[in-house]
Amino acid sequence: MRQAAQTIIPTLIERDNERILADWTACQKREGVAARGQISEAQLGDQSKRFLTELRQGAAAGTLDDLSGPEWDGTRVLLDTVAGERAVQGFSPAETAVFVLSLKEPLFTLLREEVGNDVETLARETWAASLLIDKLGLYTIEAFQKSREEVILRQQEELLELSTPVIQLWDGVLALPLIGTLDSARTQTVMESLLERIVTSSAEVAIIDITGVPTVDTLVAQHLIKTVSAARLMGADCIISGIRPQIAQTIVHLGLELDVVSKATMADAFALALRRMNKAVTDRAQPKQSGE
Amino acid sequence: MGEIPILQIGDCLLVSIQVDMHDQLAMSLQDDLTVRIVGSRARGVMIDISALEIVDSFIGRMLNNIAAMSRVLDAVTVVVGMRPAVAITLVELGLTLTGVRTALNVDKGLAMIRRIIDSEGDLRAGRK
Repeated sequence: MRQAAQTIIPTLIERDNERILADWTACQKREGVAARGQISEAQLGDQSKRFLTELRQGAAAGTLDDLSGPEWDGTRVLLDTVAGERAVQGFSPAETAVFVLSLKEPLFTLLREEVGNDVETLARETWAASLLIDKLGLYTIEAFQKSREEVILRQQEELLELSTPVIQLWDGVLALPLIGTLDSARTQTVMESLLERIVTSSAEVAIIDITGVPTVDTLVAQHLIKTVSAARLMGADCIISGIRPQIAQTIVHLGLELDVVSKATMADAFALALRRMNKAVTDRAQPKQSGE
Repeated sequence: MGEIPILQIGDCLLVSIQVDMHDQLAMSLQDDLTVRIVGSRARGVMIDISALEIVDSFIGRMLNNIAAMSRVLDAVTVVVGMRPAVAITLVELGLTLTGVRTALNVDKGLAMIRRIIDSEGDLRAGRK
């Protein structure tokens, strides 16, 4: 048997909509939701009103103990939006949960007044309301968490792109300063952005600078070789620069064969790149000294 | 679909692969190409694979073979126009085509062949 038939909650929300809304908003204000100025009172009132409308429709049409049905779609969408907004606005999880959980107080007060001295009914109705609001609260927290995770994921992606810039040093010369450890995922990003830039700038030489790579082990070396080979298949020669003394020693001790031209500094690599392209950097002719 | 056309630009041959390769097509391409290199006394062979979205080990081996055959016939082979995604796939497969020269596009490939032929010409002239 469906609980919707037994409970008076939908009817109550319908009848005393205004009062619940007023009490609820007061409750939220008391909990200090709007205190930090992240959200205006008007906004809060609007959200509360829309939520109550959705809640009434959901409760009237559906069961109170299962929120996954289509009759709760509107409520879930609204909670997703509210939680998402609050995650962006910098609310804490508790502050977000209060939005739903603070509905308990006005609802319970109303139930007590309505049912009066019938203890059994009161207990049943309170239990049903409590269960419903707890579920809604949990859903809100989940939505909040999800949008926080989306933010983190996006930041990670941005960080990945930030950390692999491809710089054009000269017409046909690209530089790829690598900072941080090279793992498979990063190698993939590095390779893709390098190859794309080789196509767009028709580069012939790419300088891979590993000054910022803390250690070179067999795996990192393998990733480097992959990048170099892929660039070569696209018709660009690679030069590896920025090899620190310790790294040179490590490479030899590990018996790694990089099989690519390497230079100690980016400047040396750039000079070699220019020479390969038959270009040279020369001093400018001194302007003639006058008045002598 | 019959065969892959071989175009002549000066003393270079240009092969543009635009259809899926299969055994028979690869064999006939190798036949045609070697005949044309000998017949036209070409010094360079350019293989344009910019239309290929997938290059597997079979095509990789074919490219290596063509390069080796051309070398025997004293012609330089340059593979041009490889897409970034194809390059990444080949590297992941461990096929780095070490025996083949590569260039970004036909323009650069032609310049590369010209450069190599010229430097070899110098070498021969010096040896005389």
